[in-house]
Amino acid sequence: MNTLSIRNLHASIGDKPILRGLNLDIPQGEVHAIMGKNGSGKSTLAKVMAGHPDYTVTSGDVLLNGQSILGMEPDVRARLGLFLAFQYPMEIPGVTIANFIRAAVQARLPEGEELEATEYYAKLYAKMDELSIPRAFTSRSVNEGFSGGEKKRCEVLQMAMLQPRYAVLDETDSGLDIDALKVVSSGVNALRGPEVGMLVITHYQRLLDYIVPDKVHVMAEGEIVLSGDKDLALKLEAEGYDWVTAKN
Amino acid sequence: MNTETKPDINIDRSVGDFRYDVDYAFDAGVGLTEKTIDYICDVKGDPDWVRKFRKEGYKKFLEKPMPTHWASKDLENIVFENIRYYLSQGQVPKRSWDDVPEDVKRTFERLGIPEQERKFLAGVEAQFDSEAAYSNIKEAVGKQGVIFVGSTEGLQKHPEIFKKWFGKVIPSGDNKFSALNSAVFSGGSFIYIPPGVKVSHPLQAYFRINAQNFGQFERTLIIADEGSEVTYMEGCTAPKFETATLHSAVVELVALKGAKIQYITVQNWSSNVFNLVTKRGLAHEDAEIKWIDCNIGSRLTMKYPGVVMKGRRARGEVISIALAGDGQHQDTGAKMVHAADETTSNIISKSISLGTGRSTYRGMVHIPKHLKKCKNNTECDALLINANSRTDTYPAITVRGQGHSVQHEASVSQINAEQIFYMQQRGLSEAAAMSLAVNGFVNDLVQQFPMEYSVELKRLIDLEMEGSVG
Repeated sequence: MNTLSIRNLHASIGDKPILRGLNLDIPQGEVHAIMGKNGSGKSTLAKVMAGHPDYTVTSGDVLLNGQSILGMEPDVRARLGLFLAFQYPMEIPGVTIANFIRAAVQARLPEGEELEATEYYAKLYAKMDELSIPRAFTSRSVNEGFSGGEKKRCEVLQMAMLQPRYAVLDETDSGLDIDALKVVSSGVNALRGPEVGMLVITHYQRLLDYIVPDKVHVMAEGEIVLSGDKDLALKLEAEGYDWVTAKN
Repeated sequence: MNTETKPDINIDRSVGDFRYDVDYAFDAGVGLTEKTIDYICDVKGDPDWVRKFRKEGYKKFLEKPMPTHWASKDLENIVFENIRYYLSQGQVPKRSWDDVPEDVKRTFERLGIPEQERKFLAGVEAQFDSEAAYSNIKEAVGKQGVIFVGSTEGLQKHPEIFKKWFGKVIPSGDNKFSALNSAVFSGGSFIYIPPGVKVSHPLQAYFRINAQNFGQFERTLIIADEGSEVTYMEGCTAPKFETATLHSAVVELVALKGAKIQYITVQNWSSNVFNLVTKRGLAHEDAEIKWIDCNIGSRLTMKYPGVVMKGRRARGEVISIALAGDGQHQDTGAKMVHAADETTSNIISKSISLGTGRSTYRGMVHIPKHLKKCKNNTECDALLINANSRTDTYPAITVRGQGHSVQHEASVSQINAEQIFYMQQRGLSEAAAMSLAVNGFVNDLVQQFPMEYSVELKRLIDLEMEGSVG
């Protein structure tokens, strides 16, 4: 039951169908990777799960530990334990990282309960140290003027602070140099454990050298067309995506 | 309607939206004629020069047309003959809260004024309709020679300072509403800071309208003598009535050589109040006047705090935040008149329009030809929340001569759906996400408010945003 299940999911933007009957099960404790060409629908899948208002689900379901989350507001899904690390994190001028994460942590507490400030900051600083994020970052506005690497590290910091049950990482490697990739990956690996299921969306195999997945799925035209273990990623890297298409 | 209100009642969006019944000993009745003015003069025991000043103001008020050729047509909905111009329980403000009549005291207690006074203020004046019910300063501040009294007491007991500056910064004929205020003014503060005295804590005035169909016309005059410093804060509320209420104040500031005045307003009138206020300061050599102005409430606010920089190196500043909710129009801005060399002015204005709210920025900067090395910086940023929200900007910058430096920046932005989605994905409700984004937009300005006010401001913005999303 402790699974994020995607069942025969169809979704479109406007009149254009993008997901066409996608099935996938991610049990807590496992890390799955989705690979696929640009335009295969990978990022759409992430956004549809999180409840982005631009997409319409036409049929199918997404179940978080057995509970359907479609039709819920994005914030309700988030509070149930679904986290999305964005490919392009948004800037929020004037709102500091410390206040933003604090508001998000506070939103998870029962009504009337106040977050204890000293505890919060102690935890925040510890997580920042793990991700090599300088302290001065806490007073900077969320993502404003950040480099690509800083934005991605900030996403992982939020994930670490919010401790989701299921995390979807959308192209977390894009725009990272090799050093930043190592820092971000070790941050993600530190969060792996029996309590969390992860879905790592990536275009390149490179990321999977650092975040080693339990399973790899290949996506094409809005469906999972091939699944396998971590070696599938290497095979794809060597043969290219056309190998999958030809094989089908 | 005597409402027995328990203190733990679930207070509505607007903290000030409540009303206790009060008996008024003095009531000038409805409408405005010379007789009304004579009544006010008699009740207050005004000296002859004040009676004359009032009557001249009244004449100018009648002569001047409504400024609807440039301002909102909504002004035409003010029915002057339906307004009550003077209501009070008595003219002598109490020095102790214990002496304030119970029916008035509980209003201020509910608004938290005595508590704030104990915590962080150097002095408080609390005005209830036409007159101050309470006025006091901390002993230590009084010993420094600081005068902080109501305008009536000011003109009666300190005529030598009062008369010298009263009506000089803002002549009664400045505009139709300054003329009206000159005719019927009552309440407001008179403050004098002796040379070199730096008042470490803020002085505060709190204005409360309690009666229906009432017009509040306070008059404030602050004189900071050479090298002195003072911060003055004002807050205001009224219950929400079915009929329109008028608040039309005149505030004059005089900063003598090297003095500094900071004037902070948090305006949270209920949405039936026409708030038409004239505020201006005169800055002498090396003096500094800073207006920090926040407008959240009212139906229509028209207010353009100004600084006349009369002495060399004088500085003027207006920091302004406006939040125009459904059905509200915040028409605010600043006036900077450079009248000496090397004077510097700075205007930063941020407005937020939500629902059918409209915010207007009007700025006037004037630098004449004969001056040298004057500087002005103007920034105005508008944030629109809904598709039907509106903002307008009317900057009028006149710079003549050479060697001046003038900079103007304006922006209009919207909170985009992707930002809201991002914040919602982190677990914040749509309303909380909106609040956070709006607070972020004004954050740099809010930090200029004293701590207690910035917390209050954030809370007010949260309340406004809660109602703005479906």
